[in-house]
Amino acid sequence: MFFSVTRSLLDGLLTTFQIFIFTLLFSLPFGLVLAFGAMSRWKALRGLIQTLVWIIRGTPLMLQLIIIFYGPGLWLGHNIWSGSEAGRITATVVAFSLNYACYFSVIFRGGIEGVPVGQREAGEVLGMTKWQIFFKVTLLQMVKRVVPPMSNEIITLVKDTSLARIIAAYELTFAGYSFMKSNGLTWPLFYTGVFYLLFVGILTLLFNYIERRLDYFR
Amino acid sequence: MAVLEVKHIGKHFGSTRVLDDVSFDLKEGSALAIIGSSGSGKTTLLRCLNFLETPDHGSITVRGETLFDADHPVAGQEKDLRTKRLHFGMVFQAFHLFPQYTALENVTLAEKLLAQEQPDFKQRKKEILEEIEAHGKSLLEQMGLEERMDHYPHQLSGGQQQRVAIARALALQPDILCFDEPTSALDPELTGEVLKVIRGLARQHTTMIIVTHEMSFARDVADQIIFMDEGVIVEQGAAKQVIDHPKEERTRQFLTKY
Repeated sequence: MFFSVTRSLLDGLLTTFQIFIFTLLFSLPFGLVLAFGAMSRWKALRGLIQTLVWIIRGTPLMLQLIIIFYGPGLWLGHNIWSGSEAGRITATVVAFSLNYACYFSVIFRGGIEGVPVGQREAGEVLGMTKWQIFFKVTLLQMVKRVVPPMSNEIITLVKDTSLARIIAAYELTFAGYSFMKSNGLTWPLFYTGVFYLLFVGILTLLFNYIERRLDYFR
Repeated sequence: MAVLEVKHIGKHFGSTRVLDDVSFDLKEGSALAIIGSSGSGKTTLLRCLNFLETPDHGSITVRGETLFDADHPVAGQEKDLRTKRLHFGMVFQAFHLFPQYTALENVTLAEKLLAQEQPDFKQRKKEILEEIEAHGKSLLEQMGLEERMDHYPHQLSGGQQQRVAIARALALQPDILCFDEPTSALDPELTGEVLKVIRGLARQHTTMIIVTHEMSFARDVADQIIFMDEGVIVEQGAAKQVIDHPKEERTRQFLTKY
């Protein structure tokens, strides 16, 4: 039994990991774009992004996931995600990427605005170009500022992947839960918890390492 | 001939007039101190010279080349602007050192980036970078910081940080070095070391503009003094003349506070 539970949970973990990785892959750059948009000179763009962030942060991720997965099928009369497992994972990644990009954009904006304007001016009077100032002066200071809040969000993302169960994506929590449903076993639930703990544990070590690496300046 | 000619500079922030008809000349190798109370426009004037602010009126000419003329604005090409800026060096009140770089890296960063634009950079890369490194080290030695070259800004005292900032500004060999209240952010016991360095630069006839609240320092170091109030030059003249025998009533009132 232990062996078959482990195998099921590893299957679920693979899905969880896919959702996690692809969400990060899309939401990090998209979040940066939203952050720049939110600081744009163009008022309409700023307003648009503020509204988007308000809606996404103001409603449950689970609700967003349900709408994104079932909405197209009900509105268009055909399911753009297909009923397959891959389709469910794709829909989840889309919903999560949008959601996390909004949270990340706020963190990025704080990071960019938190670098004192004097840093940019010091670069300017030394004849540096805009891009040199961004890459050689501002970027690393911004990264240092966003690592702690980003690590919080990214750890939350690991656990949020369990929401994908609502559209029947076979992720880690679904895998553990299915043994309770079919065999009345509760220990696989705790075993599932151990998987999450290990996942988050590794991430925590990684973030500690990054923070230590950036510790040499203030 | 004057290395710098500033003519009729005016600047508004919204409806507030910050600078009005400011004109002065600066001779090669001389030091000019600008004094005046907070909000008198001293810092804005320096920022205009360094192209951190754009004046609404007037012109700025360095060695006969008009860098800025409000009547004949040129489209803001970044490359042009950068070249113009390099005539001026700027030392900020709050240092603004780059925290992720060591003292030496702070001094050499801009020079290394500029060197990449030289046509022969690729062939002579190693040689050029070594030259820049040596130049940076000699500047830091001149500032009395030979022991601190590999320290990061947060490991240095305020006075040491400001001396690194001075070396950084000198690295690109500007025609005119500007100081914006270089000791105002320092504890009193640390101002001396920074003032000493600036005195040394004056002895070597570095062309300088120093905005300062240190009256006795201004009197000793500067050749000329400008007293500003509410965006206009109230009085300008030889340093000792202005400090010891001010002509204007407003200058006298200001100086009694020191």
